[in-house]
Amino acid sequence: MTTTEIPLRYTKEEYIQPPHGFCVGCSIPIALRWFLKVTGEKVILLMPPGCASPSVLFPKPSLIHQGKRIKMVATPFGSAAIFAGGVKSALVARGDTETQVVAWAGDGATLDIGLAAVSAAAERNEGIIYVCYDNEAYQNTGNQRSSATPWGVRTTTNPLPKPKMEYKKDIMSIIIAHRIPYAATLSTAYPDDFMRKVQNAKRSSGFRFLHILTPCVTGWQFPLELGVKISRLAVQTKVFPLFEAEGDAITITKEPKGLPVEEYIRVQGRYRHLTKEQVDMIQNEVDKRWNQLQYLVRYGSK
Amino acid sequence: MIKVITGNEAAAYGALLSRPAVVCAYPITPQSRIPEQISEFHAQGLLKGKFINVESEMAALGYVTGASVGGVRVFTATSSQGLAWMHEGLHWAAGARLPIVMANVNRPFGAPWNLTCDQIDSLAQRDTGWMQFYCESNQEILDTVIQAYRIAEQVSLPAMVCLDGVYLSYLSESVDIPDQTKVDEYLPPYDPQFEITGGTWKLLDVHPPIKGGYDLFSPAGFMGDRYELHKLESRCVETAVEADKEFYELFGRSYPPVEEYKCDDADLVVVCSGSAVGTCRQVINSLRDKGWKVGLVKMKMFRPFPKELVRKALSGRKKVAVIERDLSPGQCGIFFQEIKWALNINHKFTPIYGFVSGLGGADITATLVEKAILYAMEKELPEQEVIWLGLEEKKISDDYDRNTIKIY
Repeated sequence: MTTTEIPLRYTKEEYIQPPHGFCVGCSIPIALRWFLKVTGEKVILLMPPGCASPSVLFPKPSLIHQGKRIKMVATPFGSAAIFAGGVKSALVARGDTETQVVAWAGDGATLDIGLAAVSAAAERNEGIIYVCYDNEAYQNTGNQRSSATPWGVRTTTNPLPKPKMEYKKDIMSIIIAHRIPYAATLSTAYPDDFMRKVQNAKRSSGFRFLHILTPCVTGWQFPLELGVKISRLAVQTKVFPLFEAEGDAITITKEPKGLPVEEYIRVQGRYRHLTKEQVDMIQNEVDKRWNQLQYLVRYGSK
Repeated sequence: MIKVITGNEAAAYGALLSRPAVVCAYPITPQSRIPEQISEFHAQGLLKGKFINVESEMAALGYVTGASVGGVRVFTATSSQGLAWMHEGLHWAAGARLPIVMANVNRPFGAPWNLTCDQIDSLAQRDTGWMQFYCESNQEILDTVIQAYRIAEQVSLPAMVCLDGVYLSYLSESVDIPDQTKVDEYLPPYDPQFEITGGTWKLLDVHPPIKGGYDLFSPAGFMGDRYELHKLESRCVETAVEADKEFYELFGRSYPPVEEYKCDDADLVVVCSGSAVGTCRQVINSLRDKGWKVGLVKMKMFRPFPKELVRKALSGRKKVAVIERDLSPGQCGIFFQEIKWALNINHKFTPIYGFVSGLGGADITATLVEKAILYAMEKELPEQEVIWLGLEEKKISDDYDRNTIKIY
């Protein structure tokens, strides 16, 4: 039975309760909500500084289930994967193999300051689920550039007329090269696909990596209600393809319509300054990466 | 069982006998033998816990911090640059009140690179909230690791066991390795009952709650946490004294936080820490034979600073001479600074002579210690904050140099 044939099981219970400290229109609480619906309350979240860790604690703790708070620890910045490995080892030593130990970290904490830690945890195949919620910049501190920021984007440290002129770091390729048991990309626009991948991660063991695109209202500059739509456009334009890597096999889980990237770009203020030629350049890059992914799907990653 | 082992191996034996569930380390000269030895214990099945090679010192401390959050006994070891790489995590572990024990092999920071001995690495971490113990011999290293768990778990605070690079880490001495059963009697299993709830988690027995969340919008709360941390000082010292007493009863060896050696009628007391204490003992013995009223105070505990014990040992002496292997550049030696503060606050003035010596592994020889004592005897008051002891003789180059007190 392949993983797609396993029925999706998730609870009707809610684990994130308003009021939380996330911005109106933020995609991260949606991701947390669906993630926890699959894992349930037997979970410890290790959260480095970022959008998530203060926002689930202020203005008051919001990760709550039936009056009990979900376990979370606010770790130092580059240390979520490290702490998670330590917590997991301690739980195993104490006879608890059931609790899912989860690092819940942003793109800065994953692709930049914590990359060595993520790579090392993957290499040691630590028994944790590592979630990278990717809003493509240091959004918690006010939209400063990270290595996850895409080409052509303006940020508060790439002010116009000098937008970012470097490509986004391809974290999935880096992670897959570690030959870990399970890795996948997730979108808040596709709940079934999202939760199925969390379920697959939960069923697997060893180091599991989930990469979630979480559009950011303030940093990406779009109307409050468009977060999910932009997530969907990212998938449909092949900017953020949905796939999973399990064993040697890479599978596309949502076949994109192949809409022009312009549809994704023109709803975001951070791209507003781009010329037609620059948008075409992005389209070329997206097509190139999609073809590379097709190659991997065909021949496997290893 | 008596074995001839290095200081690094003694630290590893101390850890083994304390039965940690998780041990992590990252190699660094002159500490590398500690993780090697522990991995051998692990491979032989002697160490029942988990041993993990991690990717950096930040990870070594972070991993054991995570494991400590999970409620098990942990051990790690580092040195110098590695300790600096852990700096953020040191603050975190102490703020979270986790009873981690770590061996630190004292070595200076580069540049320029130096792989030998200097206590600046751990002294520079004095404001992190960790307890610090400095060892004189390999036997003391082994015994102190065991004692450190006892103290750390009782006060819920991390502890650093410091041993001099090269002088202790690499040199072999005969060490009595205690029986596991006796150590188990001294150090009961660590099994705290944890209750983790968003951001703050509690040890359900005698310990105070451990903090792992935020105190962002409640400065009063944060200040209260720091107050708790600060007021632990006297409790830490009392616990250390008590832990040492019980250790003596079981094992017949004692290492008080502040040790007074031949101090009863001493007019001049030398203060020292680490491996150079042995040399100082020898000098004190020979000067005593000549009828000089000199004594020695060994600073075993540096954090929290055992100020009452320091005052008891040194207050009212005619002269105090601090000989130390560290320097806060542009100011003075760190032990000197702290002892001077402890003695001269609300107390009658005690002349204190601060000798900086043995930096970067230079020898603190018996001759140098004697010269320091002679200087302090001769001068009514110290002429400067720093008296350079054992500086390599150079041609005087300028007025600053001419005016600096140096004993070659």
